[in-house]
Amino acid sequence: MSGTRIEEHPILGETIKGKEITFSFDGKEVKGYEGEPIAAALKAEGLMVHRYTQKEHKPRGIFCAIGRCTDCVMIVDGVPNVRTCITPLKEGMEVKTQYGVSDKPFE
Amino acid sequence: MKRYDLIIVGAGPSGLSAAIEAAKRGIEVIVFDENEKPGGQLFKQIHKFFGSKEHRAKVRGFVIGEQLLEEADKLGVKVELNSTVIGLYQDKEVVVKKDDKVTHYKADAIIIATGAAENMVTFPGWTLPGVIGAGAAQTMMNLHGVKPGKKILMLGSGNVGLVVSFQLMQCGCDVVALVDAAPRVGGYGVHAAKVARTGVPFYLSHTIVKAEGEECVTGVTIAEVDSSFKFIEGTEKHFDVDTICLAVGLSPMSQLLKMAGCKMEDNPKRGGQVPICDEHGSTSIPGIFVAGDVSGIEEASSAMIEGRMAGITAAEFLGYIQKDEMGTELENLDKALDGLRQGMFAPSNRGKLIEKTDEGIEVSESLLKKGYVSDDEIERFPGVTHKKGIHPVIECTQNIPCNPCQDACVKKCISIGSNITSLPIVVEDGDCINCGMCVASCSGQAIFLVDEDCGDGTATVTLPYEFLPLPSEGDKGIALGRDGKKVCEATVVSVKSAKAFDKTHLLTMRVPKEYAMKARFYKEAE
Amino acid sequence: MNAVNDRTRDIGPFVEGPDDDMLICRCEEITKGEIRRAVHDGMWTMTEIRRYLRTGMGLCQGQTCAKLVKGIVARELGISPAELEPATSRVPMRPIEMHIFANEAKEGEEYED
Repeated sequence: MSGTRIEEHPILGETIKGKEITFSFDGKEVKGYEGEPIAAALKAEGLMVHRYTQKEHKPRGIFCAIGRCTDCVMIVDGVPNVRTCITPLKEGMEVKTQYGVSDKPFE
Repeated sequence: MKRYDLIIVGAGPSGLSAAIEAAKRGIEVIVFDENEKPGGQLFKQIHKFFGSKEHRAKVRGFVIGEQLLEEADKLGVKVELNSTVIGLYQDKEVVVKKDDKVTHYKADAIIIATGAAENMVTFPGWTLPGVIGAGAAQTMMNLHGVKPGKKILMLGSGNVGLVVSFQLMQCGCDVVALVDAAPRVGGYGVHAAKVARTGVPFYLSHTIVKAEGEECVTGVTIAEVDSSFKFIEGTEKHFDVDTICLAVGLSPMSQLLKMAGCKMEDNPKRGGQVPICDEHGSTSIPGIFVAGDVSGIEEASSAMIEGRMAGITAAEFLGYIQKDEMGTELENLDKALDGLRQGMFAPSNRGKLIEKTDEGIEVSESLLKKGYVSDDEIERFPGVTHKKGIHPVIECTQNIPCNPCQDACVKKCISIGSNITSLPIVVEDGDCINCGMCVASCSGQAIFLVDEDCGDGTATVTLPYEFLPLPSEGDKGIALGRDGKKVCEATVVSVKSAKAFDKTHLLTMRVPKEYAMKARFYKEAE
Repeated sequence: MNAVNDRTRDIGPFVEGPDDDMLICRCEEITKGEIRRAVHDGMWTMTEIRRYLRTGMGLCQGQTCAKLVKGIVARELGISPAELEPATSRVPMRPIEMHIFANEAKEGEEYED
C-alpha cells in the first residue's frame, strides 16, 4: 500500500531515510528503510495488527509509538516481546505476529 | 562506580536547558535519555512557538531543539542516548541500562527532567489497532515520515489535540472531526481557529461511544453528553475512520522521584503525582532537583526556563556559583517564567471559566463551542479594524503570552505593549506596506492582510498557508469562512515564500468585496 | 485514620455496572468489573490491587493504566483519587530482560566516549 509515506512535508521538507532494505513479515517479503522503527515500516505498508493477546486473543498494534505501552510488541528474529516502535529495522529481519508470546496462531 | 558532579535524567527541553546552564559554570554534567534521539518532544513540534523573543517565540519547536543541542554540544555536555534510567536509589545512585548492560553512577546533584506521559480514556474498542495516542501520531508523521492514518478522528481539544490535528492535515491526512467531552475548547483559540477554518467540524460536549472494527478501526461513533458526562440518546453520529487519535492530557512521569524518596503529592492542578518542590526545582531531598513537566504539566517554553533554573540552583548547591549570583540569575528567569504564566491560560486559571479578556471584551462564545469566532463577534476585538487600502486584521481574541507580531511590523502598525498577554491592537495611523511579516510571524496564524475594496468590486485577503501542494497564481478555488464552510469563489493572486517567513507561505486571494471580512482560507475547487 | 486505612468502613455491596467488561489494563487484560470486584474483596490500596489482579504488572508496568485503575478504585471507595497512594515505584522502571538486569558493568567498563 503506497501513499502512507509522506513524500514531501510543507515544514519538514523531504523525509530523510536510510537505504531501502527488505525484511520479512510473517514470511512475506516487505520493503522498508534501514534504521526506521520496525513499526513505521509496517505502518507504511498498511499492516496494522502486531499481535494477538494471550487471554482474549484480541488484535493490538501501535498505541504510544515511543516504547512505553508495549502494545506493539512482536517476535523479531525469534525473540518475543520486542517493542517494534523503538527497534530499528535491519536488512533481513524476520518479523512475526505474536500470539500470546508465541509465533504460533491460536487454535 | 563512575561519579559525576551532576546527572540529568531526560534530554528534553528542560533537561538540556539545565545541562547548558550547569556546563556554562564549569560543571561536569551527563544527561541520560532512553530515546534514540535527544530533544524529547521538541523534534515533534513543527509549529512556531508562542511567547516573546526571550522565550524563542516564532521559532519552530524542532529548530529550538537543534539550537539547544548545538549549545549543549559546544559546552561539552555529554548526552548518553538509548540509556534508560531504571532506578534512582538513595544517596543519589543512578542505575542506567544501555545495550545489554546495567551501570551504576553516582552524582553530587541530580536533576530529574523526565517529562510526562499521555493520559488515556477507555471506550469499547479502545484497544483496537488504529486507536493511538496523539504523541504516537506526532512520532510517526514528524519523526518517521509515515502518515498515522487516512481518515482520523481526534479526541481532545486541548493544545495537543488542536496542534496535532493541524499537523495531521499538514502531512496529508483527513481529520474528520475534533471531539471533546468538555463543553468548551480547552486549548488556545488561535490553534482551534486555524483547524476550524480548514473545515474540520468541532463536536464539544461529545465523546466516543465506541470504536468499530474487528481487526483494526474501521469507524467510530460519537454522541453528545450531558453536564454529568452521560450520553444523550439519539445524538449518535458515525464516522468512517481508520484512526482514532487520543489527546486527553498528560501526567507527570515522576516515579523515579518517588523511588528516590522525595516527598510527593497528588496535585490535580499540576497534572497528578508530583514532587513537592520550590519554585526553582528543589525537592525535599537536598541535591535532587526537578524541571519541566515532571513537576507539573505546562509546555516546552516554560520547561526550558524551569530547566535553566534547576541548572543554576544545582550549580549553587555544588558550590560552583555564589548565592548572590544565583539570586540575580533566578530573578531574571522568574520574570521570564512569570510572563508565560499570565493570561487566560495561566496555570492559576486552570478549570476557571473566563468570560472577559483583560481588556474587558467579552470572549467569543463561538470560539469556545465551535472552534471559531463568528462573523458577528470578530468586530469587537482591537486587532480587527477597517481602513482604506491594505491593512492587517488580527484575529487574536484571547490573552495568551505571545508578541512576535509587534516586533514583526517595521512600520509599527501593531502594538501589544509591555504585557505580552495583551490583545494586539492595530494602530490607527499605521502605514501598512504589505510586507507580510506579521502574517508569517504570528504563531497562531491569526493575522490576515486585507484590502477590503480594491475599487473593482473585489477585495484581497492574504493568509498564512502551510500545506502542500502550494496553489499557484491564477488558480481558481473556493474561499472558506472562519467556520470552514464555503463563502464564495476565490482566485489566487499570489503565493509568496521567503526565508524570513520560515515556511509559512503568504497566499493572497481575490474575492468579491462583500466577503473581505469573511473569507479566511483557500481551498482548491473539488 | 484516612478513608483507605479504615477497613471497617462500609462501602456497600458490589453492584454490576454496564461497562464492567471494559478492558482497563491492556497488558494483563484486566477489566473494570474485575477491579471493582477486587475492591469489594477487600483490596483497598493500589499495591493490594496490583498484587491481587496483576494490573500494572505486565510488560508496560502500569504506564498506561495506572491512572485509570486509580480512578476506578477511588470511585468504588467513594474517595478522591488524590487520597489513594500510588503503588510503590521500583527498579526497573522499564521492561528489561533478566540477563541484562543481572549484567552489571564492572569497574572501568562504564560507557565512555
